[in-house]
Amino acid sequence: MHLLVCGATTCRTSESDLIAENLRREIEEKGLQSEVQVIMTGCFGFCEKGPVVRVMPDNTYYARVKPEDAPVIVAEHVIKGKRVQRLLHTEMAAQSAATEPKQTGFRRKQIRIALRNCGSINPENIDEYIARDGYAALGKCLTEMSPAQVVEQIKLSGLRGRGGGGFPTGLKWEIAARNKADQKYVVCNADEGDPGAFMDRSVLEGDPHSVLEAMAICGYAIGASKGLIYIRAEYPLAIQRLKTAISQAREYGLLGQEILGSSFMFDIEMRYGAGAFVCGEETALIHSMEGERGEPTNKPPFPAESGFLGKPTNVNNVETLASIPVIINKGAAWFASIGTEKSKGTKVFALAGKINNVGLIEVPMGTTLREVIFEIGGGIKNGKKFKAVQTGGPSGGCLTEKHLDIAIDFDNLIAAGSMMGSGGMIVMDEDDCMVSVAKYFLEFTVEESCGKCSPCRIGNKRLHELLEHITKGNGTMADLDRLRNMSLVIKDTSLCGLGQSSPNPVLSTLANFMDEYVAHVTDKKCPSGQCRDLMRYSVIPDKCVGCTACARACPVNAISGERKEVHFIDQDKCIKCNACFEKCKFAAVLIN
Amino acid sequence: MKMETVKLTIDNKQIEVNKGTTLLKAARQMGVEIPTLCHMELHDLNIENKPGGCRICVVEVQGRRNLAPACITKCEEGMSVRTHNPRVLNARRTVMEFILSDHPKDCLICPKSGHCDLQDMANRLGIREIPGQDIAAMSTYRKDTSPSIIRELDKCIMCRRCEMMCNEVQTVGALSAINRGFMAVVAPAFEQNLEYSPCTYCGQCVAVCPTGALTEVDHTRDVLRALVDPSKTVVVQTAPAVRAALGEEFGLKPGTLVTGKLVAALKALGFDYVFDTDFAADLTIMEEGTELLSRLGKFLKGEKDANIPILTSCCPGWVNFFEHNYPELKDVPSTAKSPQQMFGAIAKTYFADKINIKRQDMVVVSIMPCLAKKYESQRPEFAVDGNPDVDFSISTRELAAFIRQANIDFNGLPDMDFDRPLGESTGAGVIFGNTGGVIEAAVRTAYEIFTKKKLSRLDFTELRGMEGVRQAVIDFDGFPLSIGIAHGLGNARKLLDEVRAGRSKFHAIEVMACPGGCIGGGGQPLHHGDSSVLKARAKAIYDEDKNKQIRVSHENQYILQLYKEYLGEPGSEKAHHLLHTHYFDKKAKIIIKK
Repeated sequence: MHLLVCGATTCRTSESDLIAENLRREIEEKGLQSEVQVIMTGCFGFCEKGPVVRVMPDNTYYARVKPEDAPVIVAEHVIKGKRVQRLLHTEMAAQSAATEPKQTGFRRKQIRIALRNCGSINPENIDEYIARDGYAALGKCLTEMSPAQVVEQIKLSGLRGRGGGGFPTGLKWEIAARNKADQKYVVCNADEGDPGAFMDRSVLEGDPHSVLEAMAICGYAIGASKGLIYIRAEYPLAIQRLKTAISQAREYGLLGQEILGSSFMFDIEMRYGAGAFVCGEETALIHSMEGERGEPTNKPPFPAESGFLGKPTNVNNVETLASIPVIINKGAAWFASIGTEKSKGTKVFALAGKINNVGLIEVPMGTTLREVIFEIGGGIKNGKKFKAVQTGGPSGGCLTEKHLDIAIDFDNLIAAGSMMGSGGMIVMDEDDCMVSVAKYFLEFTVEESCGKCSPCRIGNKRLHELLEHITKGNGTMADLDRLRNMSLVIKDTSLCGLGQSSPNPVLSTLANFMDEYVAHVTDKKCPSGQCRDLMRYSVIPDKCVGCTACARACPVNAISGERKEVHFIDQDKCIKCNACFEKCKFAAVLIN
Repeated sequence: MKMETVKLTIDNKQIEVNKGTTLLKAARQMGVEIPTLCHMELHDLNIENKPGGCRICVVEVQGRRNLAPACITKCEEGMSVRTHNPRVLNARRTVMEFILSDHPKDCLICPKSGHCDLQDMANRLGIREIPGQDIAAMSTYRKDTSPSIIRELDKCIMCRRCEMMCNEVQTVGALSAINRGFMAVVAPAFEQNLEYSPCTYCGQCVAVCPTGALTEVDHTRDVLRALVDPSKTVVVQTAPAVRAALGEEFGLKPGTLVTGKLVAALKALGFDYVFDTDFAADLTIMEEGTELLSRLGKFLKGEKDANIPILTSCCPGWVNFFEHNYPELKDVPSTAKSPQQMFGAIAKTYFADKINIKRQDMVVVSIMPCLAKKYESQRPEFAVDGNPDVDFSISTRELAAFIRQANIDFNGLPDMDFDRPLGESTGAGVIFGNTGGVIEAAVRTAYEIFTKKKLSRLDFTELRGMEGVRQAVIDFDGFPLSIGIAHGLGNARKLLDEVRAGRSKFHAIEVMACPGGCIGGGGQPLHHGDSSVLKARAKAIYDEDKNKQIRVSHENQYILQLYKEYLGEPGSEKAHHLLHTHYFDKKAKIIIKK
């Protein structure tokens, strides 16, 4: 029997390591250590319900487990074979004991390729990876395939870069393979920077060997003997697991000289990023690795021609790489059979926002937004109404109700005014103000712009300022026109992908929620009631009993009134702190 | 071999250009001028700045999703490009509005007003107002005033020209982009002041800055005060390179020599004595030449402490550079002071005695093509009891502004002659202004003393040119004197690394910190990236040399008189006291983080 405890960062912040420790202690106390193993794994996906413990082989998921639950799990489930109803994952609890978890709503529409091993194996044990066909693809490449055949397979698979751009991976490899040089490099881009996104981190924490294997395959295909993983230093667990994995792979002869007895040599080093979003852009990433300022340079030349230290360099994102071994093992045709015409395979998304099942999912390309949000995601929290979904990270666009049946793929999302990005998906409900949402995302890009080119450095700041102006109720209709023009020019003239996409939240909200903008500028109202400066607090005379509680709570003395008389809020003094509203027991404070 | 070419269409016209040509240059070939801001090219010096950052030069390339920067986009076969269509014009204008929205509007008192690339571009693009300025925050920074250079980074537009000059050309590494996003700016690491950075004050950053973000410290006000003070005798010296460039400030063609008008203007401004730094340059040759010959003598005898090669030491930027970067070699350069400082030392002793005034009552002003000279004049070792040998050093640009202030019709001035005795100079003194000039002047004198023969030719053209590192072997009557020349500190670094490694094959090396030598100094009229200006100035300097009757330093009668009356022999104890210096290890002065 195996007790799999999620050991990814999200669950560890809720003490999952302590859960594992307690489980181990209980099992030892009961003398069961020869029969029951406790294993820390990678992410299971449903972070919303974390920490998660999975019991195998009967495939039971326990959700929101606490360290003190360890004795009951061992006593009831391990020893007596009875599930602990109280801790069962809610969806599972509703179903019969025999139901496969794959059939739950969360799992039903998912196909796990990049995440295939996450949550199933101990990421710190190479044998478990090997037991699940790990390094078989590398072996196949080295013994049965020529480098050109490997490239051909990747091309045929239709795999496109999962980091945001969607550039065909096979083509990238082909260009890098074609360029002659004494040294080439394979770079794994693990600089995951979208706020709320943790796809790459989960792969690296849960299945580091799949990335190492893919890098070696890429090295073989393009003729590179050195691999570099550029990872942000804020991912200490992923770094630690990668380091463990690298040393295990070296020990097993899967990295280093004469890999698997062939003449192929390949080794991997780590490079740490300081957490700049722009360093996810491949030229900026390369400059950062070179010790230069992490800022992008014009392409061409592409890294495949002149990259790290001026040598041909192939940069792939973590998720892209994690799909490679499966493609080699199962064949390009199999991979290409999944997905849409131009976007093959699956895509990992980090579901966040006002959605019931916050977490990590992997779905075939072509799945609709509706399926993702309402079936896998379990719909909107608290039964609220869906308003928008933002795909593509901070520089993606906000899509609405009318886009829900779009089949998710690279091209459809761009056509709809958003993008795939690296796979962030933030769901918004009726309470969200779309102008504020655009402002929020701009705040991020303003912060993360490298400052090299003027439209991104200054333009984004101006966009943010104007949005701020509007949410304060000072905007005019002419400002909306200016907002649009600035956005279009920033997209049109910026140097790298950051600036070329940063205005997307503005443009997409302008396109889809113009009425909200108009309400802000003409009616000076925020329809969602989010923009504090547009709120007006007043006292309903009929309800006010003159208890003076509000006046005493007001930090700026904006409320006046005698005892037992109707109170009055001075609008010039009011800072909209909401204290009076919270204090009033008679619901006499009105917000509009 | 025939160059590969590509055909493309620019603004509906076909053009065929060499492969690798940028859209900017291709358009220029057909007479289409695409506006640029951050881009800068100095052809003959192989210097090009094209970070692709300002995005003013964007053009529309058919089939591309976004506009492309013309300065870095290479022409491709079959491309169709529009350089000025409405989409491009709107983008350019909007981007310009962005840039201006984060730029102070104090053009009225900005030192760059009238010479500002940003101002010109705002005019060219017809910007009359900046929408949204009322709610636009500005990126503001601490102002940094060093002895030579003022950094007012509120005016920085991130063109990165200074950074490129400082890092790639000069390899000084004082400036780089720091901070992110809106606050990104070019500054020393950790926003340290220049004074605590490896800055050499060469001023090349100032020379290329398109705005008023980098300017020289203005000393004209101090000079004016001195001129007003009746108790002061104000003596001025002018460096060789000034006369070859000052005219540009008054609309004259680059390369117009204005020596006579320069003297007249200085007299009109009220200076009591107008002297020539060229005189001190001749004096430098006497001292440095003697030192060269003495070290050479030891070297030929096989003595270990011969200290060969000897390095020139007239350039203060260069002196700062090796004090910061090669302090272990601080005994290798000549101990001779620079002409500016030799002049100051002589003026406040020999000449003050002659006219019978105390050094405290004399103010020595220097007109220099250089900003590092400001720092040099403030070095504590160049003062006696706190009274500096040179009180104020002002740049060619500052002098021009001063002349305009005084309402002097520069072009209408008569030609006048320098005062005596410190105004007499030879052709050898003049060529100090060009790269290779100091060593050529030294060769002229050293040859005649070493070989005891008269030179049959004075033009050592093998020492001239614009190549960054040059070398020549001069036949000293059977002894092959091997000479190295570098201009630009990056080039100097190459030669210094060889010296440090003990691999240098040279007997003497001349280094000038600025590309082209002093004619391209950081205090000269702005060349706006046009290197033909530098060439014209260089030619003017050599012309002046040619026109001089005496062209070797040791034949300057006034120099000989100075030695006779005051100093004794070159290299004498008194000469050493007044005309020589020593260098310091300034590595520790660079503070990485406080």
